[in-house]
Amino acid sequence: MKIAVCIKRVPDMEMRFSIAADRKSLDQGGLKFEMGDFDGYALEVALQLVEKQGPGEVVVLSLGPDSVQEMLRKGLAMGAARAVQLKSDDVPFDGLAIARALAAEFKDGGYDLIMFGRVATDTGGSTVGPMTAELLDLPCVTSISHLEIAGNKGTARRDLEGAAETVTFPLPAVLTIDEGIARPRLASLKGIMAAKKKPLDVRPATLGEARLTVDSLALPAERPAGRIIGEGADAVPELVRLLQHEAKVL
Amino acid sequence: MATIFAFAEARGGELRKVAFEAVTGARKAADATGGGEVHALLIGGPGIASRAAELGRYGADVVIVVEHPALQHYSPEVYAATAAERLRAGGYRAGFFAASAEGRDLAPRVAAKLGVALASDVTDFEITGDAVIARHPTYTGKIIATLRLSGQPALVSLRPGAITPVESPRTARVETAPPAVDPASARVVVTEQTAGGAAVLDLGEAPVIVSGGRGLRAAENFKLVEDLAAAIGNAAVGATRAVTDDGWRPSTDQIGQTGRLVSPDLYIAVGISGAIQHLAGMRTAKTIVAINKDKDAPIFKVADYGIVGDLFEIVPRLTEEIKKARGGSR
Repeated sequence: MKIAVCIKRVPDMEMRFSIAADRKSLDQGGLKFEMGDFDGYALEVALQLVEKQGPGEVVVLSLGPDSVQEMLRKGLAMGAARAVQLKSDDVPFDGLAIARALAAEFKDGGYDLIMFGRVATDTGGSTVGPMTAELLDLPCVTSISHLEIAGNKGTARRDLEGAAETVTFPLPAVLTIDEGIARPRLASLKGIMAAKKKPLDVRPATLGEARLTVDSLALPAERPAGRIIGEGADAVPELVRLLQHEAKVL
Repeated sequence: MATIFAFAEARGGELRKVAFEAVTGARKAADATGGGEVHALLIGGPGIASRAAELGRYGADVVIVVEHPALQHYSPEVYAATAAERLRAGGYRAGFFAASAEGRDLAPRVAAKLGVALASDVTDFEITGDAVIARHPTYTGKIIATLRLSGQPALVSLRPGAITPVESPRTARVETAPPAVDPASARVVVTEQTAGGAAVLDLGEAPVIVSGGRGLRAAENFKLVEDLAAAIGNAAVGATRAVTDDGWRPSTDQIGQTGRLVSPDLYIAVGISGAIQHLAGMRTAKTIVAINKDKDAPIFKVADYGIVGDLFEIVPRLTEEIKKARGGSR
């Protein structure tokens, strides 16, 4: 079984963000970076599939400048066999432009599964996975919370709002993985050492034309300063009055 | 004047609230261009056509109904092919979807089929000249991106709850169409759909959410949160990640960066400190109430109304006062 997992380098979301002088990008100074939360789940699922149902290999792939190599090495340390960087120093915001580069890379790669995290924790689009599937004309299941593969057939559960769906699909397929399906392993020291010797190929990203572009970034409008209306249960009647007559939400 | 497309999401033979939000968004876009038509696509099992008139109430001039016995559940490939075919044929300026679980699956497929721009999880938008300008919260809501979509049709998926459905009544013309591909040819097949119980209001649809955090101390104390939600009536129950990680509530109840992103009219945070991860999921709520024993908890910085104190005294009292207020107003 040959599985590709797409991972994205994203800033640690606990940090304070500021906007760069061009008003269109994030000030990178002082930021710490990590692998996207959901991408970690996807990688763990892929590694477990190959371990349990091998032989096979997991390939980690990231699109971006050379700084993404740090995340690729992390994926190799977790157990991926090799890594691919699709090099682009100026990653577009447009998911379709990115999906075109990924589809070109995967087209004749012979992958049984191509996996993504459900959503990128920074840009929050959740578009690249299903777009890549569409460009490759592969079956696609998004936001998977439970997965079973038997032969060339898969069964997955998706959590919808207030409901759950069970879907079946044939391989090869594109899957996007939700949180909680499998906790990403920590790389062992042995894994970290081995990762240094594993192949990491760098190829230029053949991005499509970007039709979705960033005009500007801004900090969100501050909510009006919070107001503490009182202490203890005695403040409740005043709260109910405010909700009814001021906020008009009750 | 421009013609605008909207995808009307249905489940179990009923329209979802996000369907009215998508049509309202499309109506707003059409009106901004001088009053063009809104065409809504409604796909479902036999009988779904009976829902078309409801879309007219929110401003759909035309409802394209695709009824098929195999389309009672969402079928990604058939829905995407059908939506793409209509968008290709209709000369649309823009198309609106919901950024719901279904819409997030559907809209990117449609955009890729058409080779057009898609802005995902949009909270606000405008049409200017030949572009659509959309606002989208990024970096867990800490940065708002203003995005420009060029080309037509420009596709937008709207964050559930971000647009309030507004009535703009008209009698919609109903057209029927077949699915663009044979449903029997679909590779991805939904074999089962289990509802979370018809009585349970979904977090994305509920105008009020009452959420609980670690401050509740034990799973069984969520009864307080449930009682408050029941007293309010049209309320759903949410939880923090700490709570769903501990198994007090199912993971589908999680509100936050890695869970659901919600924008209800009223959000009541009970025993929630207000970690960044949680705030990312609810900071766009219109009114926020916080009940917490720690007066320095970050949740009070975003709460319109806060009460400091013991939630085990405050919440039952609030439930009681709301029941009283409700009783008096009837």
